[in-house]
Amino acid sequence: MLLALLALALVALTLAAPMVVRELSRRRELRRAAKGRDGLDLPLYDPGRERRAEQRARELLRSCVNAEEWAMYRDLGFIRVAGKHARRDADRGGRGPAYAYLIYAHKPIVAYVPQSGQLLSEYCVEFPDMSGGRHRLPASDDVLAKWMALTSDEDRVIRRANMHLVGRQLDPARIRRDLWRLAEWERRRQRRRQVASSE
Amino acid sequence: MKPGHGEVLLAEGDRRVREEEERLVEEFRRQLDEGMWAAVPTTHPGSGRREAQLIRAYGDIPEGADRVIFFPRASGG
Repeated sequence: MLLALLALALVALTLAAPMVVRELSRRRELRRAAKGRDGLDLPLYDPGRERRAEQRARELLRSCVNAEEWAMYRDLGFIRVAGKHARRDADRGGRGPAYAYLIYAHKPIVAYVPQSGQLLSEYCVEFPDMSGGRHRLPASDDVLAKWMALTSDEDRVIRRANMHLVGRQLDPARIRRDLWRLAEWERRRQRRRQVASSE
Repeated sequence: MKPGHGEVLLAEGDRRVREEEERLVEEFRRQLDEGMWAAVPTTHPGSGRREAQLIRAYGDIPEGADRVIFFPRASGG
């Protein structure tokens, strides 16, 4: 009797074995899939990528512009670029350019008259992602791209820009404050230079 | 300059070595075909001010230039 029961159990075990193996492998697959969903198989978001890109962009900008423009960007957050055209003969050969631009990162370029501080217009320019994505250049790369475009072919970049009166995107009061900061900054640098040369 | 990435090294080589220059020319053309603008930072001989020189053809690259920077062409924002 016992022998018969043992034989029966053995037969049952043999018959059930494939089902047990199938169930075990199914559970193993499910565990693996759950592990993947936890994020281990997904590309990880790198929170430092943008910061590193911006650091590289700052170094690139620094290596391209002159020391004064770099210091201006570092201290004030924008760069001034002189306009190359003269509107009247009286503007030619004067003490400075007839007009100049302020280059901000990811904001319109502002044209103004350095002698009077009069704001002329803002030029909306962007450097789109040519690969079809929706990414932007790092801030310092955006400034450098504007700087290169303006200093190499001012007419071309201004033709491509959307021109508006100042105030559409930028607060005129803020730009006037930036011009005042720029004037103060230049005065301080001038004073430091004088002190250094007198010593 | 690549949006979302910043500065990316595309190619480097010695222009005096023919094989390396061919690689540089190929990359230069590819970038321009993709619609990028190319510029070389230079120093204005008269005023000493720094400025950029737009490069429209490989042959326009100044002799002493150590790099060409490609950036997306400007468009109205």
